[in-house]
Amino acid sequence: MTEQTRKTSRWTIWLPLALFAAFVVLVLIGLFRPAGRDVASTLIGKPLPAFDLPPALPERPGLASTAFGKGQPRLLNIFASWCIPCRVEAPQLDRLKRMGVPIDAISVRDRPEDLRGFLAQNGDPFQSIGADDDGKVQLALGSSGVPETYVIDGKGTIRYQHIGEIRPEHLPLILEKLKEAGR
Amino acid sequence: MIAEFGLAALWLAAALAALQLIAGALALTPRGAALAGVVRPVAVVQGLLALAAFGALILVFAETDLSVKLVAMNSHSMKPLIFKIAGAWGNHEGSMLLWVTVMGMAGGFVALVEKRLPEPTMLATLAGQAFVSLGFYAFLLIASNPFERLSPAPPEGNGLNPLLQDLGLAFHPPTLYLGYVGLSVAFSFAIGALVTRQVGPAFARAMRPWVLAAWIFLTVGITAGSYWAYYELGWGGWWFWDPVENASLMPWLAATALLHSCGVLAARNALRAWTVMLGVVAFSMSMIGTFLVRSGILTSVHAFAVDPERGSFILALLAINIGGALTLFGLRAATVTEGERFRPVSREGALVLNNVMLSAILGIVLFGTLYPLLAEAMGAKVSVGPPYFNPMSAIFFVPMLVVLAVGPLLRWRRDTFARVRKRLALPLLAVLAGIAIVLAIGDVAVLPFLGLVLAAGLAVASVLPLRDRNLRRTPLPVWGMVLAHFGIAVALFGMASESAFSVEKLVAVRTGETTRVGPWAIRLMAVEPVAGPNWTALEAQMLARYQDGRGTELRPQSRSFWTPPQQTSESALLTRWNGQLYAVLGGEATDGRWQLRLWWKPFVPMIWLGGLLIALGGVLALAGRTASDIRRLVARDKIAYRRTRQGR
Repeated sequence: MTEQTRKTSRWTIWLPLALFAAFVVLVLIGLFRPAGRDVASTLIGKPLPAFDLPPALPERPGLASTAFGKGQPRLLNIFASWCIPCRVEAPQLDRLKRMGVPIDAISVRDRPEDLRGFLAQNGDPFQSIGADDDGKVQLALGSSGVPETYVIDGKGTIRYQHIGEIRPEHLPLILEKLKEAGR
Repeated sequence: MIAEFGLAALWLAAALAALQLIAGALALTPRGAALAGVVRPVAVVQGLLALAAFGALILVFAETDLSVKLVAMNSHSMKPLIFKIAGAWGNHEGSMLLWVTVMGMAGGFVALVEKRLPEPTMLATLAGQAFVSLGFYAFLLIASNPFERLSPAPPEGNGLNPLLQDLGLAFHPPTLYLGYVGLSVAFSFAIGALVTRQVGPAFARAMRPWVLAAWIFLTVGITAGSYWAYYELGWGGWWFWDPVENASLMPWLAATALLHSCGVLAARNALRAWTVMLGVVAFSMSMIGTFLVRSGILTSVHAFAVDPERGSFILALLAINIGGALTLFGLRAATVTEGERFRPVSREGALVLNNVMLSAILGIVLFGTLYPLLAEAMGAKVSVGPPYFNPMSAIFFVPMLVVLAVGPLLRWRRDTFARVRKRLALPLLAVLAGIAIVLAIGDVAVLPFLGLVLAAGLAVASVLPLRDRNLRRTPLPVWGMVLAHFGIAVALFGMASESAFSVEKLVAVRTGETTRVGPWAIRLMAVEPVAGPNWTALEAQMLARYQDGRGTELRPQSRSFWTPPQQTSESALLTRWNGQLYAVLGGEATDGRWQLRLWWKPFVPMIWLGGLLIALGGVLALAGRTASDIRRLVARDKIAYRRTRQGR
């Protein structure tokens, strides 16, 4: 067209590739960045949404929201056998169980055979496990990833949402939240 | 058996895609020339095999073969047959299979009919198509096998989600897919042209029908999707700038730009490098959009929503395909000789402006869609909505409308404004009349005001290219252009009117009471429970009277499903020529009154009517171009036939 566009064309032809590379880098950062822990869920203080999930393992009971709110605070853990941080979290859940904390779980997009392997390898602190095959209940709980853990009080109200794995240093926090929920 | 047959067909198709790629590439070298004859037939058979695999998947879904894992997870023996069939592509694996099927069929069709391009360019194009397909075949076979068996087979499937049992939802995704994947052909043509350095009018003419067809499907898909969201979600809104919507809008914007630059390249041999670039960008936008939606990366960051294996796989595919194409472009673009020159004031100049504006809007939408990801990488959580998208895209959309009004009146190569000034008097008059009318009506915000006024001017300007023409001899593509541009005016009028004049009312009324919204008087007659096959609902019976005329009954529902437990509101719509009444039944208040949400939306159906007119314009243009292509082919064959006879 004009002289000027001709001169600039040498670097502009690489511009799309540069932009695309930036996009890929951005997505990669997004993928491998650990979860932000500063998100306060809007569901805190609200009653647990109603759900009724089929058993994740045929030999075990499924999980319905009616299991909560029976006077005792409980933990609700959202996990999946394909989730690596969930393995990191397993010993902490085991310790909580040995302290007498009742824990239920929702396994997201899982297969029974994978789940069995996961529990055999990492321990099984759960009373019931519901299968959320399309992530609908997870979404209804305001959870966008795995693992996440909820503290539900004796009236069935969500008191705390822990995003990401429970690390050993988080245990006092979880116990504190459970104590608050028990009051 | 059917599942194994499907899987075998899929493997064979993948093998043939590999053969198509290798033979196509080798045939471009002097020593491999003997392989050239193989490529076209292989492309056809590859497409047919992919179709066979997809057919097998539809069969296992139709007969609800629960030993196939995908069926067990996504279907149910109680589903109506049509939704069983639609279930085949209503999930991740099936939709990817649909994707490769459409790609394979499109490649096979190109191989059968495209005879205008030089043979090396065709070989490179088909090899390019095979390369992209091969990636998706690998993805299917390695990471998302749709035919995987489940042992033991469960007694019943778990996919009876009633929300998805909606005809619009069943056929909306495949329509968009046809559009997305149709652009893959443009992408492959661009690769072929770059590899063989054959960027010219023949390339543009070969590519144009594909772009046009894909663009028609995208237009219809977006229009239908918007209407679905409008009536199903119960919010009364028709566009939410949601990532899923943006994912379909971005390829449409790129395809629209490509369509126009293709026209310049075909007619005037100008904008060569730019058109090739857009050919690459349009399909890239389809892939990026699909990736963003399918991976779930925009809604969830700390674990891939689908699962990490698949997400990384698609990202790798994207990086290879798009990165590779853009690298090839960078290497070859400098050697693509410049096309014909033209003055800024000319048809070409206007089309360049149109392309710049469309690309700018594309950039804005892409940036807005990715911004939450960018912000999160910096440590902040944000969501981007209409306050960003509306004004930002308007900055470019408004001048684009002006170009759209003036451009078609300009001559190719060089022109002057003085010549077209007189013709623009009529649209200007319409704009002035529009300003007067809107001011008389009253308080209207800036953007809807601009929209209303410009729609008036554009509606008049869009039919001006038909002046001084013999209407009977006007070619179909010109009719198509006029209709599509007029459709934009219609849709714009609907959008602006909805935004400027909608009346909303949230009330609590007892049965027997009457409430008013806009020109309507609505009486709540009764609220009664009704039961459906897998839901129960409270249904309101209302009598709506327009300006106290005869009453029409409206029955909005508040539905509760129990598998899975979910509440939906089924809005009730009443359409008149000048707008739509939209009613939603809310909950019951403690004192026995019912919450109603009512909207009167003047001229809102124009939005989708305009969308359909735009698509219809595309259909006319495609029909006209195809007819003249066929005529040209027949004429050439006749000449060739005569020559051979004379030779004898």
